[in-house]
Amino acid sequence: MSRGPDKEYEQLRVSGLHAFYGESHILHGIDLVVHRGELITLLGRNGAGRSTTLKAIMNMVGRRTGSIMINGEETMACAPHHIARLGVGYCPEHRGIFSALNVQENLTLPPVVRSGGMSLEEIYTMFPNLYERRFSQGTKLSGGEQQMLAMARILRTGANMLLLDEITEGLAPVIVEKLGEVLIKLKEKGLTIVLVEQNFHFAAPLADRHYVMEHGQIVEEISADELDAKQSMLNDYLGV
Amino acid sequence: MSMILGVPVAVLSGQLLIGIINGAFYALLSLGLAVIFGLLKIINFAHGAMYMLGAMATVIMFDMLGLNYWVALFVAPVLVGVFGMLIEYFLLRRISGQDHIYSLLLTFGAALMIQGVLTNIYGVSGLRYAMPDAFKGGMNLGFMFLPYYRAWVIAIALVVCFGTWFMIEKTKLGAYLRAGTEDAQLMQGFGINVPLLVSLTYGFGVMLAAFAGVLAAPIYSVTPVMGSHILIVVFAVVVIGGMGSIAGAIVTGILMGIIEGLTKTFYPPASSAVIFLVMVVVLMFRPTGLFGKEA
Repeated sequence: MSRGPDKEYEQLRVSGLHAFYGESHILHGIDLVVHRGELITLLGRNGAGRSTTLKAIMNMVGRRTGSIMINGEETMACAPHHIARLGVGYCPEHRGIFSALNVQENLTLPPVVRSGGMSLEEIYTMFPNLYERRFSQGTKLSGGEQQMLAMARILRTGANMLLLDEITEGLAPVIVEKLGEVLIKLKEKGLTIVLVEQNFHFAAPLADRHYVMEHGQIVEEISADELDAKQSMLNDYLGV
Repeated sequence: MSMILGVPVAVLSGQLLIGIINGAFYALLSLGLAVIFGLLKIINFAHGAMYMLGAMATVIMFDMLGLNYWVALFVAPVLVGVFGMLIEYFLLRRISGQDHIYSLLLTFGAALMIQGVLTNIYGVSGLRYAMPDAFKGGMNLGFMFLPYYRAWVIAIALVVCFGTWFMIEKTKLGAYLRAGTEDAQLMQGFGINVPLLVSLTYGFGVMLAAFAGVLAAPIYSVTPVMGSHILIVVFAVVVIGGMGSIAGAIVTGILMGIIEGLTKTFYPPASSAVIFLVMVVVLMFRPTGLFGKEA
């Protein structure tokens, strides 16, 4: 297995993706490609369609047209549970920690979808807080701990492509820093990561490429080495 | 003869026993309703019909095939469970995600049709089902006479209720159910086959109802309308306990049976209304039910 981005292997290819919630047309023809081992971000303002893009990849929105290829396989007709089994791990914006389950039950809930996932021991080594609180009710954890749990949960399944929605939102800087360290470790392991992120300063040093979204479309693609040159344009798009 | 509050002990304990028996049925039925509501968000008005089908299947299998009570105890719930899964797959699934009222009307309609067809064939006067030989007689406890069958019903109902509670609260499959109750879409996003889980849950819920029906066959009048009579009371029990709470459904069921039995002893005219009275009071002070989570 190769480490680092493998430009030959397209883990995700989205072409001409439109998505609708009832009557509202949210995504207007998204095209993006993610190679194995890459970390890309979807940047943009609130309501630009970044979260919807992740949900559409998971087949969790109402109606979709276009094409979504995962590992070269067309998935538009796949039920969500089949998409997960292609090795996709999804961490929703609301974190989705189950209050009826304790921490360990939350952690072991998602079924293993591929071999090569982290063991419980490895996860508890990476997130010692979760071990200490493993018998607490999932939603009794602090926001940061819940976010760690939501991440840890999909690392155990062996998913090799992670869709992470706003993982740093509302968290203290020290927790954000810890999440950054985790993402670097996951990149070293060769995982492919699609990061929806509001916090550009968090995402910039981690990402290989950035897609900028506005009004349900991708308006700009910026690679890591173009960042400095395109900074002022990016600021305009993000409104910072 | 010893008396408590002007009532002979034998009468009191006899009514208490009947109350506990009725409570066991309420518990089994409201448990199934709670399990189904939890994951499917469906108010299953066909639940009484499934209970009735369990009892009718017991009688019919005996009359036509000579299958005895013990066989019926396993076969009838399985048959009704499969029937329920077909209803879920072909009918309920098509309206999932719609307002509660659609599934309520659909299950109510299904119940009326099942009940109507069987009434057409068997009438409403009641079928006879002989007490299994093993349960003839009873034991004298000193203060009252306890028929063996009634003791069996209480014991097995408690075992099934506890088993269901254990499965839901303490096992992996139960964790899927509890998590699915909170966010089924995310569960499916993790790779869990939620549509299958939904079918199995509905099948299991109606199996519990049919199991109660088999237990009822030797002691209650078996008729196509027996389910619609008990269902109204069971819904009151579910409202009192709080929708979606497993332990709450069990405890409330037995408690309401006992309250009903005691009322029958001390003020018989109120016995058929007392559960509804409790429901009104509970709704006034705790709208989410005794064990329901605050909305």
